[in-house]
Amino acid sequence: MSSARTVPGTSLEHLLAAKEIVICCGSGGVGKTTTAAAAAAMAAAHLGGKVLVITVDPARRLATALGLERFGNLETQVSPELFRAAGVEPRGELWAAMLDTKESWDGLVRAHAPDPETRDAILANPLYGNITSRFVQSHDYIAMERLYEIHSTGRYDLIIVDTPPTRNAIDFLDASERMADFFSSRLLRWLTMPARSRLVTAASRPFTSVADRILGSQFLEDVAEFFLLFQRMYGGFVERARAVTRTLSDKRTTFVVVSTLETAPVRETENFVEALARRRLHLGAIVLNKVLPGWFVDRAATDAAQRLCSDAAGLAAAVPDGMGPPEQVARVLHEVGESFLNFQVVAKREAEQRAELAAAPDVVVTVPYADHDITDVAGLLELGGALWR
Amino acid sequence: MTDLLDRRLLFVTGKGGVGKTTIAAALGDLAASHGKRTLLCEVDAKGNLADVFETAPTAFREREIAPGLWAMAMSTEESLKEYLRLQLKMPLLGRIGPLARTFDFVANAAPGIKEILVVGKLCWEVHERHYDLVVVDAPASGHVVGQLAAPEAIRDLVKVGRVRDQTGWMLDILGDRGQTGVVVVATPEEMPVVETLELAERLDAETVVDLAAVVVNRVLPELFTRSEEEIFRALRVGDRAGALDAAVGEPVGRVLDGAELAVKLRRTRAEHLATLRAGLPGVELMYVPELFQRSHGLRATRMIAEALGAELGYE
Repeated sequence: MSSARTVPGTSLEHLLAAKEIVICCGSGGVGKTTTAAAAAAMAAAHLGGKVLVITVDPARRLATALGLERFGNLETQVSPELFRAAGVEPRGELWAAMLDTKESWDGLVRAHAPDPETRDAILANPLYGNITSRFVQSHDYIAMERLYEIHSTGRYDLIIVDTPPTRNAIDFLDASERMADFFSSRLLRWLTMPARSRLVTAASRPFTSVADRILGSQFLEDVAEFFLLFQRMYGGFVERARAVTRTLSDKRTTFVVVSTLETAPVRETENFVEALARRRLHLGAIVLNKVLPGWFVDRAATDAAQRLCSDAAGLAAAVPDGMGPPEQVARVLHEVGESFLNFQVVAKREAEQRAELAAAPDVVVTVPYADHDITDVAGLLELGGALWR
Repeated sequence: MTDLLDRRLLFVTGKGGVGKTTIAAALGDLAASHGKRTLLCEVDAKGNLADVFETAPTAFREREIAPGLWAMAMSTEESLKEYLRLQLKMPLLGRIGPLARTFDFVANAAPGIKEILVVGKLCWEVHERHYDLVVVDAPASGHVVGQLAAPEAIRDLVKVGRVRDQTGWMLDILGDRGQTGVVVVATPEEMPVVETLELAERLDAETVVDLAAVVVNRVLPELFTRSEEEIFRALRVGDRAGALDAAVGEPVGRVLDGAELAVKLRRTRAEHLATLRAGLPGVELMYVPELFQRSHGLRATRMIAEALGAELGYE
């Protein structure tokens, strides 16, 4: 397929060579995970050094391609043999990890609990499991937290993160701040006050009475107990959340927004680009995925397609004999022209959307529509090749 | 299959990017055009519902956007206010500000509370028979199970209190397959198919809600029959394309490339479709063709509603 086009003088290759952390984000279904993996594979193959890709719930076949089936939260090296099988002698190493939210939370609790009793009490708390798996920002927070933790070990030259699917692509930017706010809020302190003194706090009376009637006081006590335990880790958590925020705004960190050229993802990409600018975070590139080839809007090809549609029978007579019944040949020619014009409608819409997005960053990479799925490292490198230039 | 729209509550979900909102909107539009009083509710309000109907933004207070079709955007805070007003007869208008903030905090911390307010409001509309059908543009597949499982989660966590008492009738509605169902939207691509199969498993294991149907969106047309494809292949061999170029007066190579791409895409998608079908024995699959057209607005919604209507056996 045709190669990618970028603004002259800049490329994803240059960006990845200059940064230590690359965060891939974008709305669901745009090919974020594959893009992150392909970029990481290219960096490991051609830039060298130790490259880690942290993915979230990758396609099973992609996991298999990376030899990741048996692994979870722990970073695992992708065998260089897989690169050699693709005809590439890798200059560096590719490592990969999948994000396991529960395991990561357990790890955090173990790291921050002041004593073994608190640790065990939290891990055994029935609310804990529920909160860590369902807490709205839980995934976002843990992804950023893992990123920070791994980066601070100094084991990798480049870390590429595939962000979790969030309701809003920008949610995770605020996740660590929100977590810090959460643990330092007055409400949490109030909620974890001993029950007796809480009852005499005049200001809290309306809430208590309503909450009791709706939820029952026992449930509130359970919640309070849970947070009382959690608050013992307050210092560690808040400090950590701030450090994560610092990492995101560091000069060595950049964001790559992945999108397709459909209406909804484009709108979310625009919002995301604005959100990054507001927070003074570095937008490195926009990757436009699954884009139809540019020749679908080619003038001469359009004329040809229109003729195939309007004069299929006449043209069928002009093709050499022996191909089949003329009326069937005519139908094929008509279908070919019709299909081209159909795809052209989509291609034109995409071109419009692309023009709207192109104003934003230095690097805009357009990746052509793949007509097959990626099943191995060779496939990743092929996609990577389109990303690279 | 016509009984899909005879249910009272449909949750439309699917992986991000598959056209979930459009399908929900089209189902609502179809039901309304067949005389059902229909409420469309957008749960993760991003304004997409307003886009597909080319109408003003939706709000918690429902608005009639087409004859027989009402639209609303879910808000947990508004839902709480309504709940307090209806259930506790509490005139809380003056105090709702600080209370809502406090509530927001507890709801974030205590899992299931926000979800129950969403599901509760939707079940309430069904319970009170305000509408013949409620179609929900539900959260994406990653989040919808938590929402549908909320009444049970609450029942496990909360031992006494009003909310617990209310989970009973909600579960009755959610668990009745004659009334409630999930419609999963997928495209015939790798990840949407994988997620659909996983979601079907989780719905079964973790919720009482029935998987009513799977809508396969953006199905590409089959360009050629087998013998026609042989003709197409033959066109690309040797100098035949040259003869065609001469006859057309323009190079046809790109046009043939375009058809080639369409055939390959169709073939890859057919494989994913086969995986989907094999993984969901007994589940009704409905097909919506890829619409090669400009509009993403009302016009597209109507065309998809028509396609769904044909699948459901409406004339």
